[in-house]
Amino acid sequence: MAIQLTVNGRSTSVEVPADTPLLWVLRDVLNLYGTKYGCGIGQCGACTVHMGGKAIRSCMTPVSAAASAPIATIEGLSPRLAQPLQAAWVDVDVPQCGYCQVGQIMSAAALLSTHPKPTDQDIDEAMSGNLCRCGTYVRIRQAIHRAAAAHQKGVA
Amino acid sequence: MLTRRSFLHVTALAGGGMLIGVSVEPFASAQQQPNQTPLDPNNFIKIGADGSITLISRNPEIGQGIKNMLPMLIAEELDVDWKQVKVEQADYDPKYGLQSTGGSRAASNNFIPMQQVGAAGRQMLIAAAAKKWGVPESECFASNGRVYHRPTDRSLGYGELAATAATLPAPDLSSIKLKPAAEYKIIGQSTSGVDVPDIVSGKPIYSIDFKLPGMLYAVYQKCPVYGGKAVSANLDEIRQMPGVKDAFIVDHSIDVGPVMKSDPGLEPGIAIVAETWWQAQTARKKLNVKWDEGEAAQQSTQEFAERATQLSQQQPQRTLKNDGDVDKALSSATKTLEAAYSYPFISHAALEPRSCTARYENGKLEVWSNTQQPARGRQLASKILDIPEDNITIHLLRAGGSFGRGLTNDYMCEVGYIAKKIGTPVKLLWSREDDMTHDYYRPGGFHFLKGGVDASGKIVAWRNHFVSYGDGETFAPSASIAPTEFPSGFVPNFAMFSSVMPLRLKTGALRAPGANSQCFVMQSFIDELAHAAGKDPVEFRLELLAQSGKNLVQAAAKPKVENEPANTRRGAEPQAYNAARMRGVLEMVAEKSGWGKRSLPKGTAMGVSFHYSFQGYFAHVAEVAVNNKAVKVNKVWVCGDIGSQVINPSGALNQVQGAIMDGLSELMYQQITLEQGRVVQQNFNQHELLRIRNAPQVEVHFLKTEYPPTGLGEPALPPLLPAVCNAIFAATGDRIRALPLVNSGYKYA
Repeated sequence: MAIQLTVNGRSTSVEVPADTPLLWVLRDVLNLYGTKYGCGIGQCGACTVHMGGKAIRSCMTPVSAAASAPIATIEGLSPRLAQPLQAAWVDVDVPQCGYCQVGQIMSAAALLSTHPKPTDQDIDEAMSGNLCRCGTYVRIRQAIHRAAAAHQKGVA
Repeated sequence: MLTRRSFLHVTALAGGGMLIGVSVEPFASAQQQPNQTPLDPNNFIKIGADGSITLISRNPEIGQGIKNMLPMLIAEELDVDWKQVKVEQADYDPKYGLQSTGGSRAASNNFIPMQQVGAAGRQMLIAAAAKKWGVPESECFASNGRVYHRPTDRSLGYGELAATAATLPAPDLSSIKLKPAAEYKIIGQSTSGVDVPDIVSGKPIYSIDFKLPGMLYAVYQKCPVYGGKAVSANLDEIRQMPGVKDAFIVDHSIDVGPVMKSDPGLEPGIAIVAETWWQAQTARKKLNVKWDEGEAAQQSTQEFAERATQLSQQQPQRTLKNDGDVDKALSSATKTLEAAYSYPFISHAALEPRSCTARYENGKLEVWSNTQQPARGRQLASKILDIPEDNITIHLLRAGGSFGRGLTNDYMCEVGYIAKKIGTPVKLLWSREDDMTHDYYRPGGFHFLKGGVDASGKIVAWRNHFVSYGDGETFAPSASIAPTEFPSGFVPNFAMFSSVMPLRLKTGALRAPGANSQCFVMQSFIDELAHAAGKDPVEFRLELLAQSGKNLVQAAAKPKVENEPANTRRGAEPQAYNAARMRGVLEMVAEKSGWGKRSLPKGTAMGVSFHYSFQGYFAHVAEVAVNNKAVKVNKVWVCGDIGSQVINPSGALNQVQGAIMDGLSELMYQQITLEQGRVVQQNFNQHELLRIRNAPQVEVHFLKTEYPPTGLGEPALPPLLPAVCNAIFAATGDRIRALPLVNSGYKYA
């Protein structure tokens, strides 16, 4: 069955069963490997993407449900959000293994789009769905504050 | 003592570049495997005619930051600007020497040899410049990727010198002097991970991301009971499912004797191969299998606990250490305590589930893996798949975490088997449930302790009956204890006994194996004795450390461990415990945390602990607030002594911060339990990880000492658990003797 998707601003048609999780369409059909598989049950957040600008877990989202709104992955995240976050992640040297970090950045981007100047508490609330097995949480907080400051500058 | 020989190879690269390889025999021979042969020639530096500098990182990168650390050591002595350096991951090749990740050994094993590689390169470039200019080498020096002629101020870039350098003889490494630490420009400076730009932009750099043209995807269903075999399955039906290309039973028996081998390689199961992974996974859900579950189906966690209690009441099977007269000392002690401690099996749970890609063509197997131990993987695959080792190539891909899981190569053998059978390139990806239910678990264990203090408050007697898993004198992998485990050597009447019971489950090294469980027991019981003696826990520990009479306590023979990966053996550590170094970090952490000097609100308290493991000395203080079993860890102070030099401070700090979070996950949540031989926990909702809302502040200090630099992946973790438990006791009077805390009704606030 052909399903129409809008991924990273491009309209595309995929031939997969309607109940295929969006994650596996992104990875194995569209070759967008930034979005990761970690648990398959919405526990870890490694598969976080944006649907209509909101952070969702693509491992739990049937591709048919993703047809209704534009999807953004790390590969197509708006530079206005991506650049300050990615630069902050490099400057703070956040990752260890790095496997969760795309999901972290997608959640952080969704946070910054609604809370341009988040507090630690805002961060903890918005980011608690994203596990980091290596435990880089202290740096994730630092990097989000840094990105928020840069983002503010960019917007101003 | 091995003789030190070295040689350097120069090869001209196409386009006028050069490639420098240096071979160095093991320097710190005591820290090497005893039977290690001299390294073969290897290659670490590539200089292009355009001046580009590429350095090769030989060890597997699993998030420990090795891809910065090793090249930083080369770059320092090569005298290049770190910003110009490109880093390339080496594939597995014996020419690189030891290529494994484990035991926190990379710093100590590579600190000198990698600097020598860089220094040899620099010296050849200087020689090349001197030859071009017709001047003595002594008038030339190198800096920032250029060679300068001091008297005339001329200079040439490394790229311009590479072709000439490639024609010159290699210098004798023993003649090369390394820089004094005061002249370091790169070592000791924080560098951001070389792969971070790729990581944050989602580039396909992990094992799970690897793709070959025409590749198929596989899942591998194993029996829920370890070692069980598929007798029959509805494979005809499975083969008809959408996208499925093949489905077959892998009938490969493994020995499920009283102790499991640490890495049997291939286990029996059912392979399903499809056009996409999701199709294979969907087909798997329709599998209907008749399993022969075998002997392991009788096991349960409850039965292990009951058996351990029985064993504790019997004469111990073995005596590991017996100093003085522990029974007599206990009977004459002023105060005695008795306590039973236990901890569970836990899973590695790296965020990237195991995955591996393989291609079998013309009798040759090519593998793309995130293994920590490629040499062992190749040996196993060769044996199991009947392919000569020379016909197996292993490419190393970045691992999305590993923590010891990649020391074993079961998943490499599985995909190798599938690739050989189907003749098509194939990627095997385990589901999270596969990963959690077929791990090499950190073994659980039981300690039955008695201790006594005298009238002055000194520990005079310590008796431990350790009940673990094994067979006769053999412990299951990572289920052993060293007779030297602290406070061995510091208490005059000290006895360590052990008894073992059979275990038909795979066990293996998890970050800080042995230490990650035993430190909890030892430092908690020491804390109990401190309170029994009416002493301050820091003072009591300082006195205990002074009790040895000599600073170095020599180790006894290490216990026999069945088939444990060589690089996780405790014997790889220098066999001495330096009490002065431990006192140093303990005093430092007391000072930094304001121990005993800060007034804390009711329900808030501090706990202290220390541990020596993997050559590192660490002392932690945790401050926690406890309200009706809701624990908030406010802050953790960590002081570590890993010798004279922290190579990459940013990476080092990251490892320590991460170790604290890792320890907090283990402490509160993690346990693997067995019912009817089946692992109960399937996913992160049942084997949880700490979340950011519970992440405390972490303050880290390194105490610089005169000792050679050592590693950091592991030793910062173990003291976290008892530091928090001791703080909970100080706050509430509740002594934690069994992990994880959720079993006692605790949660993180």
